[in-house]
Amino acid sequence: MLKINRNDLPSLFAAIRQESDLYLPVKTAGKTNFAAWDETAQVDLDTLKTVKSPKDAFFPQSENLYSCHQEGGKTQIVPETLREEPFVLFGVRGCDVRGIQVLDKVFLSNPVDSYYAARREQGTVVSFACHAPETSCFCKVFGIDCADPEGDVVTWLVGEELYWQPKTEKGEALTAKVRHLLSEADEAVVAAEQTAIRGIVEKLPYSNLSLEGWGGEAAKTRFDSPVWEQLYKPCLACGTCTFVCPTCQCYDIKDYDTGSGVQRFRCWDSCMYSDFTMMAHGNNRTSQMQRFRQRFLHKLAYFPANNDGMFSCVGCGRCVDKCPSHLNILKVIKAFAKEGV
Amino acid sequence: MHECKYNPGFMRDTLIPQVGIITDIRTETPDVKTFRVNAPGGGKLFEHMPGQCAMVCVPGVSEAMFSITSSPTNKEYQEFSIKRCGVLTDYLHSMQVGDEILVRGPYGNNFPVDTELKGKNLLFIAGGIGLAPLRSVINYCLDHREDYGTIDILYGSRSADDLVQRKEIEEVWMNTPGVNVYLTIDRPQEGWDGHVGFVPAYLKEIGFDTNKVALLCGPPIMIKFCLQGLMELGFSREQVYTTLELRMKCGVGKCGRCNIGTKYVCKDGPVFRFDQVDELPNEY
Amino acid sequence: MQELIARAGALLQSGEVSRVLGWRKGEHVWDVEPAFFHSAEELSEFVYNGFCGANLSKYMIEASKLEGKTLVFLKPCDTYSFNQLIKEHRVDREKAYIIGVGCKGKLKIENIDAAGILDVQGADYPDCSDTLTVKTLYGDKEVSYASAMLERCHVCKGKEHKIYDELMGESVDTCDADRFAQVAAIEAMSPEEKFAFFQSELSKCIRCNACRNVCPACSCRKCVFDSNKFDSAQKANTTSFEEKMFHIIRAFHVAGRCTDCGECSRVCPQGIPLHLFNRKFIRDINALYGEFQAGEDAETKGPLTSFRTDDVEPGDAGKRG
Repeated sequence: MLKINRNDLPSLFAAIRQESDLYLPVKTAGKTNFAAWDETAQVDLDTLKTVKSPKDAFFPQSENLYSCHQEGGKTQIVPETLREEPFVLFGVRGCDVRGIQVLDKVFLSNPVDSYYAARREQGTVVSFACHAPETSCFCKVFGIDCADPEGDVVTWLVGEELYWQPKTEKGEALTAKVRHLLSEADEAVVAAEQTAIRGIVEKLPYSNLSLEGWGGEAAKTRFDSPVWEQLYKPCLACGTCTFVCPTCQCYDIKDYDTGSGVQRFRCWDSCMYSDFTMMAHGNNRTSQMQRFRQRFLHKLAYFPANNDGMFSCVGCGRCVDKCPSHLNILKVIKAFAKEGV
Repeated sequence: MHECKYNPGFMRDTLIPQVGIITDIRTETPDVKTFRVNAPGGGKLFEHMPGQCAMVCVPGVSEAMFSITSSPTNKEYQEFSIKRCGVLTDYLHSMQVGDEILVRGPYGNNFPVDTELKGKNLLFIAGGIGLAPLRSVINYCLDHREDYGTIDILYGSRSADDLVQRKEIEEVWMNTPGVNVYLTIDRPQEGWDGHVGFVPAYLKEIGFDTNKVALLCGPPIMIKFCLQGLMELGFSREQVYTTLELRMKCGVGKCGRCNIGTKYVCKDGPVFRFDQVDELPNEY
Repeated sequence: MQELIARAGALLQSGEVSRVLGWRKGEHVWDVEPAFFHSAEELSEFVYNGFCGANLSKYMIEASKLEGKTLVFLKPCDTYSFNQLIKEHRVDREKAYIIGVGCKGKLKIENIDAAGILDVQGADYPDCSDTLTVKTLYGDKEVSYASAMLERCHVCKGKEHKIYDELMGESVDTCDADRFAQVAAIEAMSPEEKFAFFQSELSKCIRCNACRNVCPACSCRKCVFDSNKFDSAQKANTTSFEEKMFHIIRAFHVAGRCTDCGECSRVCPQGIPLHLFNRKFIRDINALYGEFQAGEDAETKGPLTSFRTDDVEPGDAGKRG
């Protein structure tokens, strides 16, 4: 176990930045999101949850896939170069680490998405235990321990000290580069912090929510439930829940006319949007109830059916905090528990 | 060019297309054209299996999934029969021989021509542009005639003018031993002395025996009633294959659009047996 | 609250209304959701408290298409939106039974600076208190009601309902700030400062479309941004410029029709002060055409949708910058 004083974090960040890009929670115009670090960045390690999850680091909201243009009457295709420079993603909460593992199941399964794979290969994840979990947190439901998150390096902020423990080869490599800034630390401090965090987690209102009835089987048993009709009505059909979600991975592929050619890019899309499944000959999900149902069944039934029971919700609670109509996955789970269907 | 680091066997990411040249355009019907596509240096862009699809793109216009209507046994080119019904297809219909398009694929599964269909009697039922995916299988089977039993082809469309691949049907399919072709059109028409009536009705009229595997493609309403007809004739749902079509963008089961239940139509489909379709939520 | 439930129940019972549009209890005091109620039993989940900020006028567009009347609870500022929607023929007055419900300012849980909030006491209507007691995992604290109010309540348009069938409950004018102070401050900035300000705010936009979807003035059946014929369609684009286009086009489109209900800013997950765009237009319209409040009534033509010979010349308006 290693540690660094909180006041020395800027020099730690500077040292990491010398070797690679560094992304971490930064406050801009009042809101904290993951952003590139530089000396002027207002690093914010006190806000528990960034508005957007850190999934942008591996799966950006918008990215070019290739561009094409005409050359001597022939179409030339220029693939976007894959990330070749290493980077560090610092301050990732346990739920968001699981979020990355969920995305891995999608993008690293055959055929591998090379844009994502390249970023995963180049990225080192420094996770960050949650000192003060929030009311909307329910990661424990998905077996996540926010007191001991996964990651290449795990960190804990206890008082004025940031405790640092490498967990993987990548983590060891990063640690070696900044070792001169870190000093040996007492593991007992971290153990006490973990006990304290777990104590809080037990007091959270949703920590022991039951997922009974969900998983692969729910695809059949819950699709036709009348509960969906009761639940979806306040849904505004916006994409807030999908865009703040660490595991939502639906995307669109679109063209951008640059004037001298076409950039083909992909960007996050939302199954909540009315044209998501629109085809020239019609739409197979015409109502918001169907779209609403799709999102939750995908997370709680379809995804686990295809991924050995792994849910594609990590209990980060961002949708709980951000839905304009206060709809969320917790209400869905609880409504089904109540109806028993 | 070296192999894609992350996808052995692929030259680059599966989302990046190749340039294809339109080397021939046949006007099949007032709203369907068949486009022949070659690699810029000649030959095919890639190998595929019957029933598989490819993403066809006109940069700056749009991109969409189309079934490859030519058989893999055709070693020279690939073909797409495309009905004009949206932004991209409108544009494609305005294109000329020699124009370039972008193609990526092949995507999805295929009709099990080398496994479950092998040695079987086959019944193809198609309506309108639904012949496009089946044509690939039909020609594959004709080219491997000894591997299959009898072949019955029931094909119908709105009018005689809307029958696609009519030349091939009349000159090749009808003249192949052991192949029976049944054509029908929805309404009587001058110059048409063949059968008149909807495909499902004609299906029951002919009354095929059940010692067959049926492959069914066409508009949803036709599929619904043909399936009913087949059930009445004594077919089981395990004996009937069809293809599903949903909105697709990536083609590799990641963008989420064609997700239905636990399946991604672009990757796990488009070919499904009806007992598999029954497992899906009713959302297609 | 019990009177509201009783009245709604009676109107349902008598058949005068077919459904009730109000707010449904959440898991906590703050996560209430807009909801339709069809029976006395369903009404047991009805709630009206300080967190019922959602403007239900927008839901009346869909409700107007249903059989029978919908009883809708509107706060004073919501009635401006409803009037405006009548004016635009997007809701049917005959299909609505409006209970003007008392409002003492609405709260936003995010405005309470405390972690691990378990309960907020003092937000219940009608007897909400000036001081909220916030129970949290990490101890209790007290905050003033006003400090937790939505931005729009600090520039309250007044306690008067502009359209209603009956009134229930007391309202309070919670205005304690100058509605146009921030707009004036931005106007005073240099072009570079303005650009930097909007750049930093709008670059947070994730194009979730919550602002548009919640906006009562955004009532087009199909939004231009949902058309695939434009590069600006619905989702994030390759350059951040497109997000600016989205917000600027939207602000122009609702100019003269926006009642300043503040829903856009309430729902923005990134806390972008979207209402500032709209208020800039309102301020300009006031200066150029005389004081005008959209939704004040359901009849008056707006200055941008009528023509008078003494209207300001476009060139003069342009000079203002």
